[in-house]
Amino acid sequence: MKTVAVVGGSLAGLSAARALRKQGFDGAVTIVSDESRPPYDRPPLSKSFLAGATTEAEIALLVDGEDLGADWRTGVTATRLDPRGRRVELSDGSALAVDGLVIATGARPRRPWPRMPAGVHVLRTLDDALGLRARLFAGARLVVVGAGFIGAEVASTAHGLGVDVTVIEAAPTPLSGPLGIDIGAVVSALHADHGVRLLSGVGVASLVGEAQIEGVELTDGRTIAADAVLLGVGVQPNVEWLTGSGLPLTGGVQCDSYGATGIPNVVAVGDCATWYDRELGAHHRIEHWTAARERGAIAVSSLLSGGTERVEGRPPYFWSDQYGRTLQVAGHTRGAESATVEEGSVQDRDFLAVYRRGGEPVAVVALGHGRSFMRWRKQLARRAVSVPPSALSR
Amino acid sequence: MIRVCPLADLARGEAKRLDLDPAVAIFHTEDGEVLAIDDTCTHQDASLADGWLEGCEVECPLHSSKFDLRTGQVDAPPAKRPVRTHQVTITDGDIYLTIASEQPNAPAGVDVEAGP
Ligand SMILES: Cc1cc2nc3c(=O)[nH]c(=O)nc-3n(C[C@H](O)[C@H](O)[C@H](O)COP(=O)(O)OP(=O)(O)OC[C@H]3O[C@@H](n4cnc5c(N)ncnc54)[C@H](O)[C@@H]3O)c2cc1C
Ligand code: FES
Repeated sequence: MKTVAVVGGSLAGLSAARALRKQGFDGAVTIVSDESRPPYDRPPLSKSFLAGATTEAEIALLVDGEDLGADWRTGVTATRLDPRGRRVELSDGSALAVDGLVIATGARPRRPWPRMPAGVHVLRTLDDALGLRARLFAGARLVVVGAGFIGAEVASTAHGLGVDVTVIEAAPTPLSGPLGIDIGAVVSALHADHGVRLLSGVGVASLVGEAQIEGVELTDGRTIAADAVLLGVGVQPNVEWLTGSGLPLTGGVQCDSYGATGIPNVVAVGDCATWYDRELGAHHRIEHWTAARERGAIAVSSLLSGGTERVEGRPPYFWSDQYGRTLQVAGHTRGAESATVEEGSVQDRDFLAVYRRGGEPVAVVALGHGRSFMRWRKQLARRAVSVPPSALSR
Repeated sequence: MIRVCPLADLARGEAKRLDLDPAVAIFHTEDGEVLAIDDTCTHQDASLADGWLEGCEVECPLHSSKFDLRTGQVDAPPAKRPVRTHQVTITDGDIYLTIASEQPNAPAGVDVEAGP
């Protein structure tokens, strides 16, 4: 293998490029990124950067003086991959001939309403964050649609800036998908604790306003006035450019448990990829930071070894910062049969809960309790490596 | 020099946080080395004593930057600056600590001070 292209130059792509060099690949590396800025970290975009407390330089993902010996093609979009995985066409009319390819094109926010009056925002890029920040002044009315992690974090940050925030969530219990009914309710109660209105079990029927947003109309007929609206209703993987490559793209670029796709010499990683998860017995797309960062090395091992080297990953982990608290989650809460609070108490918003299936711990969720959380996280990792795959295919 | 505790009280693979100003984390690696660094990550307010210890590296419990316990160097962002390393000596089965003299690299917005 002499030339490798990495398409998508953010967290997953950069981690893969670093892994290529670390694992001894000394051929040509081309990184294609449709963003014109150098790579930056996204989590602060809903937290400290949105609050204006962190600068662009502080959230840069490249270290000063870091040299990956890569050819960066920024502001250029990959538009097509041939079925042999050897030719990547770019929006500037050129094409890359490659021996290996890392697909790391991430995801983009869903926009359920094609028409977005001024003041309606999504949040994925640094420019999105700058645009939203300009609306967050004391006394402004912000409606956050969706009480998932992004919505909750923006609500928390905006509240901290003195913005009048209302959160609208279609599900009866916010975060009941990722955290289960009980714990989801506790985490979403943080909004009420801080005087942020949360309307759940009601959807948004339409956006009100012509040129400028004036409010949102709810499915129960109410209208909530707004100076700005943030849509936090999930993301979809950036995989359309791969149509025609023959790669299965349902739910993301489908991969085995090590990032390999159906085309030899093509791997995929990060928010765009859905890796087969043996514990779940299904493909599962993780849209959290840690997977994008640490799976780059696993995918690159698969790529450089032609699929013979199989590096086991750790159970998924993510965090979310809201109202000055850090929520930490490891493992798979999905499929758990029970969740028990093992430390602290949910009333105090300070707890550690363990999720079990068939009596075995499968996930741990904590607000606070960092030290115990790490013990449980390590225990989940030990279990993940010690259980043979056959025992997991139930 | 500060007397920390008997070596026997810190099992291999374990870490201890010392409420000094600034806090210090002491690790006993699986290989039997005892090493000390500043406890607060240089990115945000995380306790590295709660991190994932592997070999002579500790991974930040929040956002996965890895610090080399011998040099204090960090592998990759989000943390970008090294932590200080402190000198550890074992005398008569007790762990002693000598705090480094240089300035700590505290994360923005975090006052490095003792206490919870
Ligand atoms: C506001 C915000 C807050 C977050 N907070 C947290 C958090 O607290 N905890 C957590 O665990 N996770 C968090 N995340 C999620 C985390 O940031 C993502 O999981 C991570 O960014 C995924 O990295 P990635 O490289 O796979 O994808 P992305 O970061 O989406 O990067 C993909 C890159 O590829 C580019 N691209 C797309 N298509 C093409 C193409 N055809 N050609 C060239 N380039 C292309 C994109 O422009 C982008 O630069 C947050 C995300 C956001 C947006
Ligand atoms: S707090 Fe340590 S890496 Fe972020």
